[in-house]
Amino acid sequence: MSVILSIVGLVKTFGGLIATDNVSLDVREGEIHALIGPNGAGKSTLINQLCGELVSDAGTIHLAGRDITHLKTPDRVALGLGRTFQITSLLDELSVLENVGMAIQVREGHNFRIYDLARGRRAVWDEARGFVASSGLADRADIRVADLSHGEKKQLELIVALAMKPRLLLLDEPMAGLGHVESQAMIEMLSETRKSAAMLLVEHDMEAVFALADRISVLVYGRIIASGTVDEIRNNPAVREAYLGAEDELC
Amino acid sequence: MRNRILALILILALAALPTITQELGEASLLALATRILIYGMAAASLNFILGYGGMVSFGHAAFFGIGAYVVGILASHHASGEPLFGIVPGTDQMLLTLPLAVLVAGLFAAAIGALSLRTGGVQFIMITLAFAQMLFFLFVSLKAYGGEDGIIIRRTNALPGLNMRDKATFYYVVLAITVLFFYGLRRLTQSSFGTVISGIRQNERRMAAVGIPAYRYKLYAFVLSGMGAGLAGALMANFLRFASPDMMHWTKSGELMIMVILGGVGTLFGPFLGAAAFLILETFLAAWSEHWPFALGLILLVVVLGTRGGLAALVQRITALVRRGVK
Repeated sequence: MSVILSIVGLVKTFGGLIATDNVSLDVREGEIHALIGPNGAGKSTLINQLCGELVSDAGTIHLAGRDITHLKTPDRVALGLGRTFQITSLLDELSVLENVGMAIQVREGHNFRIYDLARGRRAVWDEARGFVASSGLADRADIRVADLSHGEKKQLELIVALAMKPRLLLLDEPMAGLGHVESQAMIEMLSETRKSAAMLLVEHDMEAVFALADRISVLVYGRIIASGTVDEIRNNPAVREAYLGAEDELC
Repeated sequence: MRNRILALILILALAALPTITQELGEASLLALATRILIYGMAAASLNFILGYGGMVSFGHAAFFGIGAYVVGILASHHASGEPLFGIVPGTDQMLLTLPLAVLVAGLFAAAIGALSLRTGGVQFIMITLAFAQMLFFLFVSLKAYGGEDGIIIRRTNALPGLNMRDKATFYYVVLAITVLFFYGLRRLTQSSFGTVISGIRQNERRMAAVGIPAYRYKLYAFVLSGMGAGLAGALMANFLRFASPDMMHWTKSGELMIMVILGGVGTLFGPFLGAAAFLILETFLAAWSEHWPFALGLILLVVVLGTRGGLAALVQRITALVRRGVK
């Protein structure tokens, strides 16, 4: 399997704090690579470096063989990078359908046109309706995002990301704050997504990680202390020591 | 459909205005109406970036003034017969001066926007203000064009086949341009570009994550907005037959912003309502007392606090009430 995302020696420091300490990892085509680690390990920092919101101090990032280390977020998105936000970040004044439509409209281009009708771009809206109809928000299409529940916003984050047809998805805690039923639905959605996009999954919910991940990397104090298959990580003593602590239980 | 009928009624009423003011013998009302239309366009241009795009420009009078000066400078060269920079001949043809004013205002907006939009928030407000004041002092020091006294334009720009010295004719020209402007602005807000710019205002981070480089889009919006203000300025210079640095003073930027806020930020009609309310209040309060800004301030306070969304929101609420009453 070819490598879609390859990170080599990535570093990010904030003043004296090393948030990302020489991190190297890769995500292969069609794979879900989970990134786990205790709070403050630097997972979100790494995600923000990958999507271009933070400039890396050293190291390289390659997406599908292209060096994207110095590209801005929109340029990375154009090359097939998608993401979801840990704290949902959507267009609150618009409806579910319009949020999805915006992503497709941007993907399709022609957005400097000042005399067309955005509502009249049929290809965009047909596709958007398709995405929403086949999702868990099918009967919520016309609800404003501001009026959605937390779980629904989390779902919409993923639908919007998928509507951009990314080759690689960065998922920043898609399960955070979801109830059990919602989590199950999200796990199902993600395993469906596996067919179309590789994923780097940052997640605290171990049930989800073990259900979805092909490989797991463990980040502690900005450094990857172990990387391997689910079973390897489960039985790795260093991981149990550093990440799971004395509780000796997969939270 | 209902909106279209309302718009048609409004246009007809505005078209009938010169006849009505003539019957009443109140010629000054026609002048007031002309100013309202012109300022309405300037405020609506500002509102496009402020209300739809979330960019609080505090220097928008600069483009208004640039538009006025393009008309003034071309007119003065036309009168003297000397070409501008030794090559560009002056002109008094409105079909040339208006597009040129729009173009030049757009170029200035591109330059100012390209630098200002690298900042955001309060810095953006201050830097647009600073650029506008720089232009203000530049024109104050331009002795060739009257310095702080400005340029007196001997004759309103000509349009083929029309007597532009007639106040009613000039009003009709302004009204026609306003209707076209308004239609264009409506299309703009509903266009692909308009929806993206509104998305950037709501959540720039989200738009970046779906692949929008905000800077380019904001700059384009800023240029379009500057062009609109330039058009209004060019018409104002024709109306006053005068262009002066005062037209780009920061207090003028403030007035445009008051019109936007008074009328309703981010609404299509709001800035026109705001311009009307501001100019009508100014006219009548000034006749009543020289301390009129005090009364204006109080009224502004009541409107902003009382309507939550300006006059446009108030009108919307009243029409909603009336409709419910009818049912």
